[in-house]
Amino acid sequence: MERILEILEENCNTTPNQIALMLDMKVEDVEKAIEDFKSKGVILKNKSVINWEKTDKEIVSAMIELKVTPQRGEGFDKIAERIYQYPEVKTVLLMAGDYDLSVTIEGKTMQEVALFVHKKLAPMECIVSTATHFVLKKYKVENIIFEDVKKDDRQVITL
Amino acid sequence: MKNFNPESFINEKIAKMPPSGIRKFFDAASNMKDCISLGVGEPDFQTPWHIRDAGIYSLERGKSHYTANAGLIELREEICNYLARKFSLNYSANEVLVTVGGSEAVDVALRALINPGDEVLIPEPSFVCYKPCTEMAGGVAVPIETKAENSFKLTKEDVLSHITDKTKLLILSYPNNPTGAIMTKDELAEIVPVIKENNIMVISDEIYAELTYEGKHTSIASFPDMKDRVVVINGFSKAYAMTGWRLGYAVGNEKIIKVMTKIHQYAIMCAPTTSQFAAIEALKNGDKSIEMMTNEYNYRRKVIVDGFNKLGLTCFNPQGAFYIFPSIKSTGMTSAEFCQTLLEKKKVALVPGTAFGDCGEGYLRVSYAYSIELINEALLRIEEFMKELHEGDKK
Repeated sequence: MERILEILEENCNTTPNQIALMLDMKVEDVEKAIEDFKSKGVILKNKSVINWEKTDKEIVSAMIELKVTPQRGEGFDKIAERIYQYPEVKTVLLMAGDYDLSVTIEGKTMQEVALFVHKKLAPMECIVSTATHFVLKKYKVENIIFEDVKKDDRQVITL
Repeated sequence: MKNFNPESFINEKIAKMPPSGIRKFFDAASNMKDCISLGVGEPDFQTPWHIRDAGIYSLERGKSHYTANAGLIELREEICNYLARKFSLNYSANEVLVTVGGSEAVDVALRALINPGDEVLIPEPSFVCYKPCTEMAGGVAVPIETKAENSFKLTKEDVLSHITDKTKLLILSYPNNPTGAIMTKDELAEIVPVIKENNIMVISDEIYAELTYEGKHTSIASFPDMKDRVVVINGFSKAYAMTGWRLGYAVGNEKIIKVMTKIHQYAIMCAPTTSQFAAIEALKNGDKSIEMMTNEYNYRRKVIVDGFNKLGLTCFNPQGAFYIFPSIKSTGMTSAEFCQTLLEKKKVALVPGTAFGDCGEGYLRVSYAYSIELINEALLRIEEFMKELHEGDKK
C-alpha cells in the first residue's frame, strides 16, 4: 500500500487504472485504498508545486525561529495551533535544537511579513523570542529542483 | 598527377557496410517541432549524484592520469565483488578488463577470438553492433531468427540448426535490446550442453542484467564448467544511467582477457580515469539507485505494454531492458512504412524492427526510458493514428 502513496506523492495525477497496472492490483482495490487513505487523513490534499518566481506575482517568504514556553498540559501543541490558524503561516514545525518552532510565512512584501511577526507572533505571551530569516531564493522545495527545467538532451545515437 | 579520390582509399568492407537503420528516423524527428520520440536507447535518468560527485572528487584530487591498461585495480576488485554478490559469478581482478563502454568490450572480444572465416551465431533481432563488429573482425555473422511465439528466446533447436564445423562463437544478449526478452536459468540450461558438446564459446552481453523485472537475471557463465567458455560483458551505462561516462567491462578466462587487454592497450590505452573512480562509488553504494530506477522502469513497462495491447498492436510481455517490441502485422504495413507514416502524421518517432535484423519486419522497438506523461501522450497519438488507419480501411 505504501507503493500507492509513493506513486501519488510523485504524481497525484496518476489514475487508479495506471496504479493498478503498475502494481499488479485490481482497480477497485486501488480506488478503495485511496479512499481509505483520504478518510484517515493520510492523503491530505492534491496540489501543484509552483515556482512563483517565474510569474508576475510577488511573494516574500520568511522562516521564523521561535523560542516558546511550553504550556502546562498542552506542551507545544496549543501554541502551534494558535500560530498555524493564520493564513499567512504556511508551515509550522516543532524542532529539536536551539529553538522550538520553525514557522514559514508568506506575504506580498518584506514589510508585510515583518509586521506580521511584529504584531501577531511576537506579542503572544508564551513566545520568548523570534528570529526572522527572509528567503532570497528557492532552490529545491518538496523534492523538486526549481531551476531544473526538464529537457531531454539525449542526442541521436545508434543504439 | 592523378586526382585525389578519398573513396578509393576507404576500406572496401567498411564502405559496403550499411549504416544503422535507427539513425534515419531520428535525424528526421530531431528537426520536427513537438515530436515525441520513444526511440532513444539510453536511460532518461541522470547519473545518481553520489556517483557524479565521486567523479568530480577524483578530479579535485588530481586523478587525471592514465590508469593500468586493464583498469584501476580497486575497480576491478569491486567488479568481482559485485558480480559475485549479484550473479554468483566468481572472478579475480586479473580476469577483468575495464573498457570504454560495453560496446568496446564486444568489439575487443570478437577481435580476440575470431579468425578469418569463423562463424558467429547471432540471435536476432539484436543490438546493431554484433554483425558489423563480427564482420570487421573477419568473421561470418550467422543470424538466428528468434520468434515472437517463443517470446524471442533462443532455443536449443535454434542453436543446433545453425551450427557448422566453422561455428566458433555464440553471442547471447539477454535481457535483449530490442525485444526486452530474457533467458531464465532453465532456458539457459537447455543451451549449455549444446555449447559444450559443439565446443563453442559464448560472448554474453549482460548490460541490461540489472533491468530484469520478473525473477532474477542468470548469467550463462554461472553454470558448472561454463566460466572459461564465456566472456561476460557488462557495464555501467544502463544500470547506473552512466551512458556518457563510457565505461564497461569484460570478464572471462585469464588467457582470453589477456589477449583482449592487448588489443585494448594498443587501441585505447585505458578507459577514462574519472569514469573509473565514479564507477567504484557506483558499485559500492549504488544498489539503492538501481532499485529506484528499476522500479520506475517497471511501472512504465506495465503501462506501455497494456497501452499497446489495447491499441491492437500486440506485444509479448518483455521482462527485461527498457524496450517493448509490439507487432504491427495487423496493419498490413511494413515496419518502415508504419514508422514513417506515424512520424509524418502524428509526430511520434519509433524505431522499425528491421533496424535490428531482417526478422524484425512487422515489429517496432519502443523505448520506455521516458516519463509516464510522455508515454501517455505518445499512446494517445498512436491511438488516433490507428483510428485513422481503420477509418481509411473502411472507406
